[in-house]
Amino acid sequence: MKKWIAVLLAVAMLFAFAACNNDQPSTGDEGNTSTSEEGSTAGTALTGDIKVGFIFLHDENSTYDKNFIDAANAAQQALGLSNDQVLFRTNIPEGQECYDAAAELVEAGCDVIFADSFGHEGFMLQAAQEFPDVQFCHATGTLAHTAGVDNYHNAFASIYEGRYLAGIAAGMKLNEMIEAGEFTAEEAKMGYVGAFPYAEVISGYTSFYLGAKSVCPTVTMSVRYTNSWFDEALEREAANALIQEGCKLISQHADSMGAPTACEAAGVPNVSYNGSTAAACPNTAIVSSKINWEPYFEYMITCVANGEPIAADWCGTLETESVQLSELNEAVAAEGTAEAIAEAKDKLIAGELHVFDTSTFTVDGETLTSYMADVNTDDAYTPDTEAIADGYFHESEYRSAPYFDIIIDGIEAPES
Amino acid sequence: MANRAEKKREPLFHIVKRDTIPFWQSILIRVAAVALALVVCAVVVVLFTDLNPLEVYTTMISGSFGSMRKFWATLQNTAILLCISLAVTPAFKMKFWNIGAEGQVMMGCLGTAACMILIGDKVPSAVLMLIMVVVSILCGMLWGVIPAIFKAYWNTNETLFTLMMNYVAIQLVSFFCTVWENPKGSANIGVINMSSHAGWFPYLFGQQYLLNILIVLVLTIGLYIYLKYNKHGYEISVVGESQNTARYVGMNVKKIIIRTMALSGAICGIAGLLIVAGTNHTMTTSSAGGQGFTAIMVSWLAKFNPLVMILVSFFLVFLDRGAGEIATAFRLNESMADILTGIILFFIIGCEFFVNYQIVFTKRRKEAR
Repeated sequence: MKKWIAVLLAVAMLFAFAACNNDQPSTGDEGNTSTSEEGSTAGTALTGDIKVGFIFLHDENSTYDKNFIDAANAAQQALGLSNDQVLFRTNIPEGQECYDAAAELVEAGCDVIFADSFGHEGFMLQAAQEFPDVQFCHATGTLAHTAGVDNYHNAFASIYEGRYLAGIAAGMKLNEMIEAGEFTAEEAKMGYVGAFPYAEVISGYTSFYLGAKSVCPTVTMSVRYTNSWFDEALEREAANALIQEGCKLISQHADSMGAPTACEAAGVPNVSYNGSTAAACPNTAIVSSKINWEPYFEYMITCVANGEPIAADWCGTLETESVQLSELNEAVAAEGTAEAIAEAKDKLIAGELHVFDTSTFTVDGETLTSYMADVNTDDAYTPDTEAIADGYFHESEYRSAPYFDIIIDGIEAPES
Repeated sequence: MANRAEKKREPLFHIVKRDTIPFWQSILIRVAAVALALVVCAVVVVLFTDLNPLEVYTTMISGSFGSMRKFWATLQNTAILLCISLAVTPAFKMKFWNIGAEGQVMMGCLGTAACMILIGDKVPSAVLMLIMVVVSILCGMLWGVIPAIFKAYWNTNETLFTLMMNYVAIQLVSFFCTVWENPKGSANIGVINMSSHAGWFPYLFGQQYLLNILIVLVLTIGLYIYLKYNKHGYEISVVGESQNTARYVGMNVKKIIIRTMALSGAICGIAGLLIVAGTNHTMTTSSAGGQGFTAIMVSWLAKFNPLVMILVSFFLVFLDRGAGEIATAFRLNESMADILTGIILFFIIGCEFFVNYQIVFTKRRKEAR
């Protein structure tokens, strides 16, 4: 009997303990909200009670989603919105759950809803058709410019320009190694770990290659696909295989740390994506390009707040700061890299330099004068738009998502 | 001296298996477990976040009951999980360790998606629907029967076999995702028949998920009757208890194993059909989403009773949706919410111990004083 009383007392104490602590955080909460309100009046505050919903495929543990989540937080702060006005839904798969999440966000009062993964597109479009008064924005999608749904929008950025600049850093590094006598100019070969043989990836590695080639004319490149957007082991293996093959420098378009860590272990220089890897790979990371989504988020939210239409297909650029390079790792990068990048960046912004200038590359030994790209998505992948004019391939102009899918000379890429 | 040594070895308590337990007492133990779990969760919430646990719990409830839409989505998720749980049950009752439900569901998804893509616009919708049902069932069944045949005839290890079949199925799906990809190179199928809606389950009374829910309800009742009142159900129990007994009374054990796994696979195939044609209208390598494994837990927690499984799967979906809701409402990482559901599950599974066993404290002997 006494034991039972002891147990009961213990349980009661637990309750009391929990109850005691209940009061403190609630007052703390009030304190928090008041400070955020102060912040909102101080910043470039939006008037009105706008509410924004975000749908993310994973959470911060994926570098891809972290890039979006960080940008959403930054945009929230810049616009002075409270946590009640910006709702995050994480770990939403590419299925009906995306539609459900979007519909629930509409119910919660959101005026604009954003989803970050390619496979979310069909479900966002479905929700857009059902809720015409709410704006739906989707990253990396391809359907908005032809769907004819007024409240559905795509967005991307001219990341090919960022990769071109990162490619310059890679080319300079190769030149430095050639001058140091580590290998001959003819042996200057780079390796590239890509996710899928998809236009977004092909456009990315081609621009990276052209950037390197602009300073190191003899460079060649070998590509390996992992057929996954995130697979650390496969990415590490692919990088190691490329290094074995004789690649002197590695870059990648996939979301894990597989390739950068393989490079650090092998002492091979690496150009990264989605954010700097210099902290984890201090001896091999040169520079990293990434899409900064904050400008788009601010644009999208401001448009809705002011009742202005959002572009059906929005493409961020170097100028809008949607395309960014991380700080150069001076310990690894060749001398003069920063200046070379700055110069090329100014030229790209001014329109004096084009990444896919047809005079800088050949396809099967010929200069391209015409190429029909598959810009409008259909089941048969019908090429529908002439993309070459004025001597260069017009990437991300007819729709924001990349459509450059040509394998140019100097790049060795498997079918899949 | 001898007496004292004896006393030292005597434990403070010992554990005794309960013969029977009154119904009210088993309920009491479970309620106490949930209450304790909530207290521990509250402590965790207070220690690691600055939130009010009561607010967290209300938010959790609103994840499932916050609105009609949320409630329907909860029912839908419950229906899918329940369907897969039903599927694994006959095999588990037979003590056939089928952990291949994930792959069997994926094969059902693949069969359905193949019909929708390849003949979606070539046959009338009623015929298409019929073909989809048959193909998805056959695909799931095939994935269930293969390990069953190997088990029945060559006594292979079904746990490893069914597990490996999952990977084969996922790779097959991955392959076909590339074959049917759109746009090119994306390895993403997108929404199938987006404009024609061919092969999509119809809305019933304006509700997209109602048909799914009704189908699973019928399956639940059907399986309950099958297991409890049908001769097959009895045979499954006997084989599960002892294969030798089954053989002794003249049952064809090989046939029973294969037939039961065919049934398991077939229901998994239907789950795949519900996922692709009734819910997502697309297929990815994560269409089954790990529910093939969660279903095993549902089946065991419900002690293989299909009617109890309704409650268990609803509860798991409730926890899962609650976790998502907490993450959104308080801008927490979903891991925090998962920790809470983990604690609750730990207590609920743990309390089964106290339902089955009782702790008897050793009484001190008077003469020891």
